[in-house]
Amino acid sequence: MSSRNKLTEEIDDPMVVGALENFKSSLNAWSEAVRAEAAYSRPRTAVRTVRHAGASWRLAATWVIACVLAAGSLAGGLYERHQRQELARIAALKAAEQKSAAQQKAAQKLALTNKAPEQRVAATIVVTRRQPTAVKSAAASDAELLATVDSDVSRQVPAAMEPLAQMMDSSGTN
Amino acid sequence: MTADAEEEIAARDFASIVESHRPQIFRFLLSSLRDVDLAETLTQECFLKAHQNWKQFRGDSSAMTWLMRIAINLQKDHWRNRRLQFWRHTQANAIGVDAASDWLPNGERSAEQQILAREQVAQVWKAVDGLSERQRTVFLLRYVEEQELSEIARVTGLREGTVKAHLSRALGRVRAELRGNK
Repeated sequence: MSSRNKLTEEIDDPMVVGALENFKSSLNAWSEAVRAEAAYSRPRTAVRTVRHAGASWRLAATWVIACVLAAGSLAGGLYERHQRQELARIAALKAAEQKSAAQQKAAQKLALTNKAPEQRVAATIVVTRRQPTAVKSAAASDAELLATVDSDVSRQVPAAMEPLAQMMDSSGTN
Repeated sequence: MTADAEEEIAARDFASIVESHRPQIFRFLLSSLRDVDLAETLTQECFLKAHQNWKQFRGDSSAMTWLMRIAINLQKDHWRNRRLQFWRHTQANAIGVDAASDWLPNGERSAEQQILAREQVAQVWKAVDGLSERQRTVFLLRYVEEQELSEIARVTGLREGTVKAHLSRALGRVRAELRGNK
């Protein structure tokens, strides 16, 4: 049985049969062409990969660089993490301090508001008790000040007719 | 019969087997790999292995089946190594689908028929390219090497039912490719 008949029996689609036939003949043509060139029958030498000394150095250097980079990135990550934790701890401490300060302030305020009426009464009493002496001392100082000022003014300002008298005196002598 | 004479007969037998089966093995490897150099190398390796184990060949199966099994194993090893060393061999020597479809026999065809045939071959190559390794092997053995299902099963070590399933999927893919680009 020919290959065409075999394919037709197996596949009912003539387009697929045609394509498969073309595919097969194309592959045959290709392999025959290679054969005709006698390429596949030429002696072939086995290829063994030889590792040069330079290549191994390069490989070692690559490994070292890779290890250094990996260690560096790991250390960097750890440092960053530690830094963040430290900052968070400091922030928490500050917040706690602020909180306690605010609490203290609030307690003081509360205490003051409780004591305020009593203190106000005491302050009024003190003021009323101190008032007469303060008034007296203020009046005394005012009188002293006025006296000084009066004497200064009287000393500085000449008598009303004095310039005229002086003129008359000077003309008389002339 | 002396041992030397036996060896000579065996060598002559092996030489005739190489002569008769080499084109087929090479064609199968070429279609699987689309790489002339690699196909040549693996063909050489295949016959080298066959020669090394020629004495152990008992003739339970045909010589072609035995050789094809060796070729398939070599091809599998090649793909496995290539997968492992993909970063070393970034550039493969395999030629593209379009270049592979340039090969057509010089038959009595018109220019239009030639173009149509080339298009179809390219589409089949494209479909084959998308097949799994096993599907590709089964497809090529069936429709290029024209082996029977039982023989394919022996060569690949699969059951006949599995071979049929692989063939059906591969053929479906080819059909879809041909219809999709029509």
